[in-house]
Amino acid sequence: MNRLPIIFKRELGSYFSTPLAYVFIVIFLIVSSIFTFNIGGFYETGQADLQVFFNFHPWLYLFFVPAISMRLWAEELRAGTVELLLTLPIKLSEAVLGKFLAAWVFIGIALLLTTPLWVTVNYLGDPDNGIILASYLGSWLMSGAFLAMGSCMSATTHNQVIAFILTISLCFIFMFTGFPMILSVFNGWLPAALVDMIASMSLLTHFNAISRGVLDFRDLLFFIIMMVGWLFATAIVIEKKKAG
Amino acid sequence: MIKLDQVSKQFGPFRAVDNLSFSVSAGEVLGFLGPNGAGKTTTMKIITGFLAPTSGSIELFGQSLPKDGLKAKEMIGYLPEGAPAWGDMSVCGFLRFIAELRGYKGAQRDERVAQVVESLELTQVFERTIETLSKGFKRRVGLAQALIHDPKILILDEPTDGLDPNQKFKVRELIRNLSKDKIVIISTHILEEVNALCSRVIMIADGKLVSDATPAELEAQSDYHQAVTVRFSSAIDPQQKLQQLSNVTRIEAADGCFTLLSTPGNSVLEDVKQLAEQENWDIAELYIEKGRLDDVFRKLTT
Repeated sequence: MNRLPIIFKRELGSYFSTPLAYVFIVIFLIVSSIFTFNIGGFYETGQADLQVFFNFHPWLYLFFVPAISMRLWAEELRAGTVELLLTLPIKLSEAVLGKFLAAWVFIGIALLLTTPLWVTVNYLGDPDNGIILASYLGSWLMSGAFLAMGSCMSATTHNQVIAFILTISLCFIFMFTGFPMILSVFNGWLPAALVDMIASMSLLTHFNAISRGVLDFRDLLFFIIMMVGWLFATAIVIEKKKAG
Repeated sequence: MIKLDQVSKQFGPFRAVDNLSFSVSAGEVLGFLGPNGAGKTTTMKIITGFLAPTSGSIELFGQSLPKDGLKAKEMIGYLPEGAPAWGDMSVCGFLRFIAELRGYKGAQRDERVAQVVESLELTQVFERTIETLSKGFKRRVGLAQALIHDPKILILDEPTDGLDPNQKFKVRELIRNLSKDKIVIISTHILEEVNALCSRVIMIADGKLVSDATPAELEAQSDYHQAVTVRFSSAIDPQQKLQQLSNVTRIEAADGCFTLLSTPGNSVLEDVKQLAEQENWDIAELYIEKGRLDDVFRKLTT
C-alpha cells in the first residue's frame, strides 16, 4: 500500500486542477443552504440545532455524490488511461482505494465548508455539539457509502452519464429499503428474516440513528461494510471489464 | 529474456491469441506485425500484465506472470495504443506522477523527468496541459512516461503513429540508441519501420504466429526478392525479348520501367545486361530489389 498516497494525491489534485471542484463546492453550499433555510425552515423551528440541515443530506448526496463518482472509473475506461494506470507497478486495490479516498476526502472538504452554520447555531443558542459532531460524522460516512456504490457503477461503463444514472438508482434503492413502500414488495413471499435483512440495509435508517446522536457501533460498522463491500465489487468489475 | 509458452486468450467465443510461443532475448528489437485485429495489442497487454492469459505461461527475466505481476511491471515501460494520458494534468505533473509511482522521490524524481523531457524534446510544452497538446506531442509524452525508469523491457504499441516524418525519424533514432541490454517490442503497421528498427520480426494473423524471421529473411520471401528493374533510354519495345530470358517468371511494365521477377535464387541481372549489350539498348536505369515487405505481409496474413 506504499503507492496509495501517490494515487490519492494525484486524484485529489485533479479535482482542483479543473473548475469541477469549485463549481461543485459552491453549488453544494448553495443547495444545502436553500434546503436548510428556505425549505427546512431553519429559523422557523426555533431550535438551536442542525437537524433540518442534516435531514436533507441524504437527498443532497443522492445527486451530488453520483456527480462526483461517475467519472472515477468511467473516464479511465473511456480514455484508455486504465491501461496505463494498471500496468504501472501498483496493485488494483491501491488504485481503487486511492481514487475512492480522494473523492471521499473531497466531499469531506465540501462538508467542512458548511461548518459556518455550526458556528451560527452556537452564536444563536446553545445546541448539543455532540449531536452535531455525530451528525457530521454520520453524514460523511453515508456519503462514503454512496460513493463506494458510485465507484462500482462507474466501473461498469465507459459512459459517465450511464454511470450517473445507475448510481442514482442504486443509491435511491439503498436509501429507502427500510420504507414500507419497498418492503411491501418483498413481504409475504420472502422469509421474514430476509425482509428484516433488506430493511436493515437502509442507509437512511442508519444515518438517522447516528444523527440523533446515538453513536451505535452497529451503525458505524454498517457504513464501513457498505464501503468495503462496494469497493471490493469495484475491483471485481474492473478486473472483468479490462478483459472486454 | 521474455518467454511466452503456448499463450492463448479467449474473449467469449473469440480466440484473440491462439497458442502463441516465442522468446525474445536482451538486445533484440522485435517488430510485431499483423493485420488489424490479429492479436498484436492483446499479446502486448498480456506481456505487460494488463490481461491475464486464458492459458499458457509468460516469463519476464525470471518473473512469471501473473504471479510476480508487480515485479514484472517494474521492469516494463509500456506505451499503450493511442498513448493515453490524463488530459487534465500538465506534462510536468504527469511525468512526476509516473516517476513517483516508479519509486523515485525528490531530486532523483526531478532528474529522471528532466532527462526524458530532454531526450524527447518536451521542454517547450513542459507546463502545458496534456489535452491541449498536438498528437505528436501527446505521443512523445507517452514515450517519455514509458522511458522514465530506464526499463529493461520496452513495449510500444504503434509508437510513431501520428508523428510527422521528422518526429518519426527522431523516435526511431531514440529507440535504436537505447542501451543494448534491453528488450524492445514494437507493434506497427508501418512496414518501413521494420527495416529501420527491428532486428527480428514476428508476424501474427488470427492470433497465430505465422512467421518469425529477420527483416532480411522476410524480404527474401518476397516475389520481388532480387527482382531486376530496368529502364532503357532508347525508344524500343523490349518486353518480348526480356520475356524470353530464362528464369523470368513475370514482367511488370510501368512508366517505361520493366520489373523482371525471377525464379527464387536466380537473379536475371547479368542476363539483362547481356541482352542489352547484344541488342544495343542503352540502359538508363538498372537496379535489383531486396524484396517488398508489403508483398510478404499480404502473402503471410491473408
